[in-house]
Amino acid sequence: MASEEHIIDLKHVSKRFGDKTVLDDINLYIRKGEFVTLLGPSGCGKTTTLRLIGGFLAPDEGEILLDGKDISSIPPYKRPFNTVFQRYALFPHLDVYENIAFGLKLQKVPEDEIERRVKRVLKLVSMSDYEDRDVDSLSGGQQQRVAIARALVNQPKILLLDEPLAALDLKMRQDMQIELKEMHKKLGITFIYVTHDQEEALTLSDTIVVMNEGKIQQIGTPIDIYNEPVNCFVADFIGESNILKGKMLRDRRVAFIKHEFDCVDEGFGEMTPVDVVVRPEDIYFTTDPAKCQFKATVNSCTFKGVHYEMWVDTDTGYELMIQDYDPYPVGAEVMLYIDPDDIQVMRKERTRNVMDGKMVDETHVEMIGGVFECLPQEGIAPGDDVRVTVRFEKVDLEDHQEEGVVAGEVHFLLYKGDHYHLTILTEDGYHVWVDTNDIWDKGDLVGITIAPEDLLIEKKNEA
Amino acid sequence: MKRSHWSIPYVVFMAIFVVLPLVLVMVYAFQDGTGHFTLANITRFFTDADALTTFAVSLEIAIENTLICILLGYPAAWILANKDLNRSAITIILFIMPMWINALMRTLATAEIFNMLGIRLGKGTLLFGMVYDYLPFMIYPIYNVLAKMDKSYQEAAQDLGATPWKVFWKVTVPLSMPGVWSGVLMVFMPTVSTFAISEFLTNNKIKLFGTIIQENINSSMWNYGAALAFFMLIIIGITTLFTGDQKEAEEALI
Repeated sequence: MASEEHIIDLKHVSKRFGDKTVLDDINLYIRKGEFVTLLGPSGCGKTTTLRLIGGFLAPDEGEILLDGKDISSIPPYKRPFNTVFQRYALFPHLDVYENIAFGLKLQKVPEDEIERRVKRVLKLVSMSDYEDRDVDSLSGGQQQRVAIARALVNQPKILLLDEPLAALDLKMRQDMQIELKEMHKKLGITFIYVTHDQEEALTLSDTIVVMNEGKIQQIGTPIDIYNEPVNCFVADFIGESNILKGKMLRDRRVAFIKHEFDCVDEGFGEMTPVDVVVRPEDIYFTTDPAKCQFKATVNSCTFKGVHYEMWVDTDTGYELMIQDYDPYPVGAEVMLYIDPDDIQVMRKERTRNVMDGKMVDETHVEMIGGVFECLPQEGIAPGDDVRVTVRFEKVDLEDHQEEGVVAGEVHFLLYKGDHYHLTILTEDGYHVWVDTNDIWDKGDLVGITIAPEDLLIEKKNEA
Repeated sequence: MKRSHWSIPYVVFMAIFVVLPLVLVMVYAFQDGTGHFTLANITRFFTDADALTTFAVSLEIAIENTLICILLGYPAAWILANKDLNRSAITIILFIMPMWINALMRTLATAEIFNMLGIRLGKGTLLFGMVYDYLPFMIYPIYNVLAKMDKSYQEAAQDLGATPWKVFWKVTVPLSMPGVWSGVLMVFMPTVSTFAISEFLTNNKIKLFGTIIQENINSSMWNYGAALAFFMLIIIGITTLFTGDQKEAEEALI
């Protein structure tokens, strides 16, 4: 139903609040009639993007085009969009009918037409007979419907929805998802939907835009995003996944968990470090030794309703999550295999920490907002700009921030089968990546230290 | 000791200093000088042209004062509550600060300034003094409601096509009415009963209802004074009925 014609274009859009960059060079187009979902954790910039489109915020850089024309300077009340707000924002001093008629009255639509359109839209959201009700007397779900009706009655070109279902309970949310999807089909207008709920995004959208830290991570159909995540963040955020360190041996052959597998990916080069994603439902049990690719021991088994969720320890010392309709008892030795199609290989975003620094004296280097001790460096004078490389597993984390050279906070963590890969955000806003066997939680405050011998220092070229 | 027992001292206090005086006012209003029941005090009021005129003048001045306070106070509260226009708490304190100084002192000082400038004391100076005294009581509850108002209502109105002007009249003003009503309660009621301001700022040229109650009681006409106070209480009671939803108006003060 979505045509090729773009209705909205965001070009190099950036937005800062104070010195915090909330959107960093966003490029995005939305096709006419499409159901697009902006998906990401809180603080990823999805709501800011929606507010920029709605006109409640102005971009610091870049432009927003509607049908090819820049609308950056057009105030919200002149934009042909309507919004369903997170907490509905129904006017408490007006009843249901007056709330819905609010926009039409401003446009000076004749009274009889207002009545006709309000009645029609109330029918659409199954709220006929509620016209005279006080909005405060409605349940959350009913308020939600009125909010949708109030937006739709103005026949907007685009309907903007800001986490509209977040306040509803699970069952109601699922029902409303189906209704929203049907409304979208029936009306044929463009929906731009913001949510942090990946399941909701997968259910509703034609296109999902996954965002994190003010940047677009991936744009694609729900199936693309689920089956072919482009990086660890997307793989981790959408659904359950086993994310593992691997090495591309050659085209169509990848090694991970110390076993070799056939896969369908090409063009990574030979012996290239990669990340591998295997969905828990894509690891199969077998009793046929010929099919078996590796063996494992069942470590735990939990009933999850439709399926069982099992954690297994492989014969090579990795932990994997498996989902299957049949349970295997804890302690059972099992044979497993993975289809080549189900192995998603991703280029590594980085293989080690690379930081810019400056030599303080012969045995000290200043970087990421702290001064680290290093081995005596030959040929580098104090004051020289240097590039410092540190392997992920060589960064040490201390329980107390003051014990580290630099203080930071665990910002993001991934379990990679036999170790954790952490992203630490330092107090000065630098990112440091760490591989560790210790268990940390998101938000833990840590101190960063690095042993002098683990700092690899090179002088930067003068140019 | 039960939790509710803690309230006993307050109940006793209220009984002695609030309920008892009100009962006394009622009792005195319906008695003659010798302690016998009579309606004479009430009927006297309705035949006392002087008292009736003063009553009307008092109402008129109270209404005018309240209206001026709304006209001046609402924009002030709106500016104070608007974070784009007002970034510091200092301006709010500047508006509230006059309340820290005794009203009598301020009124006396105001009268002196008028004298110094050679402005004749009269209705104009009276209204000036009243507005000066009562404006903070109007600003504060309106500011409170506006500052706490969920911004998403204004955004929703804009989203539905309302210009900033329309947003103000169709959403901000109606939603801030509880604040206006509690401002009215706090300005109108005390102005009806005030007497010191009129004494100082008009040299007693304009008498207010509070003035004649005070005069009667000062000259030991307890029963008639009580009857007049009783009428004033009725007026105040009626005002509270007009100010709509009591609960909302009270919330505006918190």
